[in-house]
Amino acid sequence: MSAKALERLEQRFAECVLETHDFRGDETAVVDRAAIVDVASWLRDEPDLAFNMLTDMTAVDWLLEGREPRFEVVYQLYSVEQRHRLRIKVQVPEEDPVVDTLTRLYGIADWLEREIWDMYGIRFKGHPNLKRILLYEEFVGHPLRKDYPKEKRQPLVRRPENEIADVLARRGKARPLPQPPPRSAR
Amino acid sequence: MGLEFETGRLADAVNWARKFSLFQYPFVTACCGMEYMALWGPRYDVARFGAEFPRFSPRQADMLMVVGTVTERQGPVLKRIYEQICEPKWVVSFGVCASSGGFYQNYATMPGIDHIIPVDVYIPGCPPRPEAIIDALVMLQEKIQSGRGWSQRQYFVEQERRRLGLDQEGGRQ
Repeated sequence: MSAKALERLEQRFAECVLETHDFRGDETAVVDRAAIVDVASWLRDEPDLAFNMLTDMTAVDWLLEGREPRFEVVYQLYSVEQRHRLRIKVQVPEEDPVVDTLTRLYGIADWLEREIWDMYGIRFKGHPNLKRILLYEEFVGHPLRKDYPKEKRQPLVRRPENEIADVLARRGKARPLPQPPPRSAR
Repeated sequence: MGLEFETGRLADAVNWARKFSLFQYPFVTACCGMEYMALWGPRYDVARFGAEFPRFSPRQADMLMVVGTVTERQGPVLKRIYEQICEPKWVVSFGVCASSGGFYQNYATMPGIDHIIPVDVYIPGCPPRPEAIIDALVMLQEKIQSGRGWSQRQYFVEQERRRLGLDQEGGRQ
């Protein structure tokens, strides 16, 4: 339905649209990273496209597939008036994981970009308050990156005996378990 | 015999009173809360066991019910609520998520609340049936009547050990 939008985008930003595809209505355009703010503001303000709603924004880590560049940021746009959708992707390299912010165009981008920073460690240039949104400030690393260890825990508090057990384990002693009392009184 | 006999009987009487007047603090974080609500309703009616009244201040409660998944980020909150409850106090871990993390095995979820606070009764199930909760409540009542709050006592023993810098065997670290 938004094939028209895809065509118009390709005409308007011929040099910035790296790739497009549409299969049964999932129109997608891969856009140059530097042009994302221009593309999004044009898509939002053009009267017959009017993509005035950023329904979702997420990222993909292609580490295990070995794809270059490693990250991709995905924007899902919707037009309330025209009732059509468009997906915009931006490729982000691992060594410079920065994308320009969309907070000046879409208010919701504030929290969505904070979530992507929290989970993937992709920074958004110009964001007014780029800090963790779901995890705590003490957390080290970005858990949805594919190289984050699956079993890794970063607890904020531990029971005292667990802390003692940790110390003993570090010294190579066996980990003592707390013993319940005998069940005689039951 | 006289005094010992009488104090023994007095403890029994106090424990009897305590086990039928459990004021609960519901720490409800997830879907187990639905079964917890069913527990209050007329069909299962936990009021029959004297544990009817939920108090929404930990200072007025003596049974902490941790209902649902607890994340690592909530850990300090839960620990603080536990420490605000006046003694004597008991903890019920409601459902597999609170007991062991359940099927959440990831960076965010605490693998069981007994990593931060002591637990008296664990209820398995995802979510547990109200009958299982009533069974757990009766188990807790038996435990209170027999005067064994071992996890709680152990918690404070461990706090003290830690303060003094002792290890599990009681030696200096």
